[in-house]
Amino acid sequence: MKKAFLLLAMIAVGNSLFAQSEKYTAAMKKNIALLDSAVKNNSMADLANSFTRIADAEKTQWLPYYYAAYCTVMSAYLSEDNSKKDAIADKAEELITKAETLAGAANSETHVIRSMIASAHMMVDPQTRWQQYGMQSSGEIAKAKEMDPTNPRPVYLEGQAKFYTPEQFGGGKAPAKELFEKALGMFESFKPKTELDPAWGKAGTDYFLEQCK
Amino acid sequence: MCQIIEMKYVLLLIAVWSTIEGNAQTKISGKYTDNRNKPLGGASISIKDSYDGTTTDSLGNFSFVTSETGEHVIEATLSGYASYSKNIKLEGKDIELSIAVKELITELKAVVITAGAFEAGDAKKATVLNSIDIVTTASAEGDITGALKTLPGTQQVGETGGLFVRGGSATESKIFIDGNLVNNFFYSSVPGIASRGRFNPFLFKGTVFSSGGYSALYGQALSSALILESTDLPERSSANIAVSVLSIGGGVQKLSKNKKFSWGLTYDYVDLVLGFKVIKQRQDYFNYPKDHQVDGNFRIKTKSGFIKYYGYANWNKVGFRTMDIDSFKLKDAFSLYNINTYQNLNWKEKLGHNWKLNAGLSFSTNKDDISLELQDDQHKKVTFADPYNPYNLKNAGIINKAYYAQARFYLEKKLGAINMIRFGADQFYSNEATDYTAFNNRTYRQVIKENLSAGFAEADVYLTNNIAAKIGARAEYSSILAKWNAAPRLSLAYKFRDNSQASFAYGIFYQRPETNILPSISNNLLYARATHYILQYQRTSNKRTFRTEIFYKQYNNLYKTRSNAFGNAAALNNNGSGFAKGIEFFWRDKKTLKNIDYWISYSYLDTKRDYLNYPNAIQPNFAAKHTSSLVVKKFVLPWKLGINASYTYASGRPYYQFVPVQGENNAAIKDHGRTIDYNALGFSLNYLPNLGKQKAKAFTVFVLSVSNVFGQKNIFSYNYGTIVDHKIPVVPPSKRFVYIGCFISYGIDQTENAINNNL
Repeated sequence: MKKAFLLLAMIAVGNSLFAQSEKYTAAMKKNIALLDSAVKNNSMADLANSFTRIADAEKTQWLPYYYAAYCTVMSAYLSEDNSKKDAIADKAEELITKAETLAGAANSETHVIRSMIASAHMMVDPQTRWQQYGMQSSGEIAKAKEMDPTNPRPVYLEGQAKFYTPEQFGGGKAPAKELFEKALGMFESFKPKTELDPAWGKAGTDYFLEQCK
Repeated sequence: MCQIIEMKYVLLLIAVWSTIEGNAQTKISGKYTDNRNKPLGGASISIKDSYDGTTTDSLGNFSFVTSETGEHVIEATLSGYASYSKNIKLEGKDIELSIAVKELITELKAVVITAGAFEAGDAKKATVLNSIDIVTTASAEGDITGALKTLPGTQQVGETGGLFVRGGSATESKIFIDGNLVNNFFYSSVPGIASRGRFNPFLFKGTVFSSGGYSALYGQALSSALILESTDLPERSSANIAVSVLSIGGGVQKLSKNKKFSWGLTYDYVDLVLGFKVIKQRQDYFNYPKDHQVDGNFRIKTKSGFIKYYGYANWNKVGFRTMDIDSFKLKDAFSLYNINTYQNLNWKEKLGHNWKLNAGLSFSTNKDDISLELQDDQHKKVTFADPYNPYNLKNAGIINKAYYAQARFYLEKKLGAINMIRFGADQFYSNEATDYTAFNNRTYRQVIKENLSAGFAEADVYLTNNIAAKIGARAEYSSILAKWNAAPRLSLAYKFRDNSQASFAYGIFYQRPETNILPSISNNLLYARATHYILQYQRTSNKRTFRTEIFYKQYNNLYKTRSNAFGNAAALNNNGSGFAKGIEFFWRDKKTLKNIDYWISYSYLDTKRDYLNYPNAIQPNFAAKHTSSLVVKKFVLPWKLGINASYTYASGRPYYQFVPVQGENNAAIKDHGRTIDYNALGFSLNYLPNLGKQKAKAFTVFVLSVSNVFGQKNIFSYNYGTIVDHKIPVVPPSKRFVYIGCFISYGIDQTENAINNNL
């Protein structure tokens, strides 16, 4: 009977540990599955909160903070009130810094988010902020590419930047399309390290390719 | 067998344990509001150390179900609001919470104190004008103060340089670069021609133009302070060339690889000979204006601060003849040779514990070598043997040599969220020597030395995000007056629910007498004093700004003058006084007309003053009642062309003939009148042919600007003869002026390389 209780205790602990990581994976997967639809129904801020709850509870995982930062900066992009964008972008920066700390160092994916944060600041007043934040944004893209040349997301962001740059400034649909097509090809072959690692961007690329037609 | 039973027992236990864990669910719901009961959406509600939680909807409502049990902490967070946490017991019973949180005072949300000040910069907070606006204002002609003249509160004085603000003379406006006073911001004055500012607008990233009620950090300006902040490290290394019909120049800016150090050097040569030969000038030039300018800078990023140096040296020369007002045959030949240097060193450093140090040193020199000569139609000097012949006084030589130094520091401490206190001291030294050579070659020397010490303290107090106050005081001691002064300053701002805001500013401002009325006749002079009261309302919404200000300015102890032994006006006493009051409007709109950005400003000014040798309080000749500007800008992307226009109107200004009265200190007004209204349309085009070219090595801008396009007749004032009793109008040097220029900049490093090198 003693043995049985020991076994029971061991199973209980094991069960709980297993349940914990299963719970983490399940919660993350559930949220990650919502990423694309959250863009459409403008619920990125809610999703950011959800990722932040997981991150705060887990304390050691960088991915929930990474996704929280991504959702936050997306909510800055989607916000129609320019006066709120700076504060939201600052919040995203806070989250990505936490992600980098837990990950041990910046990586290609965190540079992608930092590029998006710079772009969000730029969107508030492109004419005067281009000099500072435009440079910063493209600098982060360059770092993201350098750290992982197979990562399709910096290429996708580059396409977006081209798409929104007027033709006279070397942007427009034609050069953007080239980049989106390149990104699409990279998405086909890109394998995330785990099922929780960043894999977003393909739906966006498809959307922009449609717009480029 | 026993083991099997045991096993079954264990499995059963596991099953039971699992179901217990899975079944206990608690519903948590409620409402999240601020402490004024306003519902707040987007807040995160969570159970600490669990995944469970939700986000409040736009009505502040929330509801979620958790399977956690036992003692837990519920947390609620929303950026800009105080965080909330509460211990709760989860035992399957529904929990209803109403959470009220306090709004935090944050820089992004807090009201900005704006009374009296126009801020232009690229800072995060919305500003009325940005630095690009300054260089693309058509009538500005690349001069910072030219752009400021399209804002309310300024006068369109065209016969002399400087900023005339709200009934104040040009000497009542002071200009500061990185906190340090610039004594010779404008080129040395030349009779009848408005001198430009010496400094390139691209040197500055931020501009605060205060038309009254400015901070205790600055002093010795009765009317206005223009505060310029120089740029930080450049984004990358670059070189540039500027070629125009009037000038040629070039420069480099080099940024170190670690992006912590940069230096730059620029040289410009201006020669107006070509421009003045094509466009007829009222003056007959024997020395066309020539100007050599060199400037250098370095900027160092320190551990948690910045060191900036900027130095400037300039040599310029001009000489021209105009018809002598007291004869119809003779001419006055004026020539000026000017050398000016300016050095400014600035250090800002965070010291920890929310302390910040700002320190600055500046040193500048100015030399004007002026010659006045009466000439005949052969351009020969005319002298008269009779020493009492008044025409002899038209021959003279003046050499002004001035040295200025300033040391300044202040400490700043952040208290709480955004409240600040700052305090510090300023020390100014000036030495201005004048050597005057009279027609008979007798020389006179006059030296005015001054030490001015100042101490100041200021606090920014935010009661809530909607109410803020800036409270300050400044004390000064001038060695010339041998007296202290103490000047309180106060500004308040209140933000309404619709984000519009009202501000109020009050302050006392002191100024010592200008060197040109020194040495004084009396040895008991006081400071001239102005008291400002400003009330402002401002509403900024997406791409539109409306603001209006009413102001009242009381002048006391203005300097009255009397002729000294040499016939120059010298300060006599402080019996002068005056007032200025008015209302101003500003409207800027980037939204209504597609791709067109325009602003309109209007100022009404009612002012009178009794100072210098005025017989009584009169409207001074530099003050117009109505002034208005319309500035329009449009960028046509497909043509890569910026089109800018500005129209300025000012009602006529009074002019006076002052004549001396025997035995009286004050002059009498023998004749007076009012000039015609001032109208001018300025127009400029900026063409950027390489815009957007990806592989372009150079970025080129062509500029064409035309002042007073329609050639409208403008009269700034009238000059009266001192010997022959008649007047002649003071008009612009030319009806209109055309400027064509080309600026080319090269990035020394390709952007890609710059980024790769810094990974």
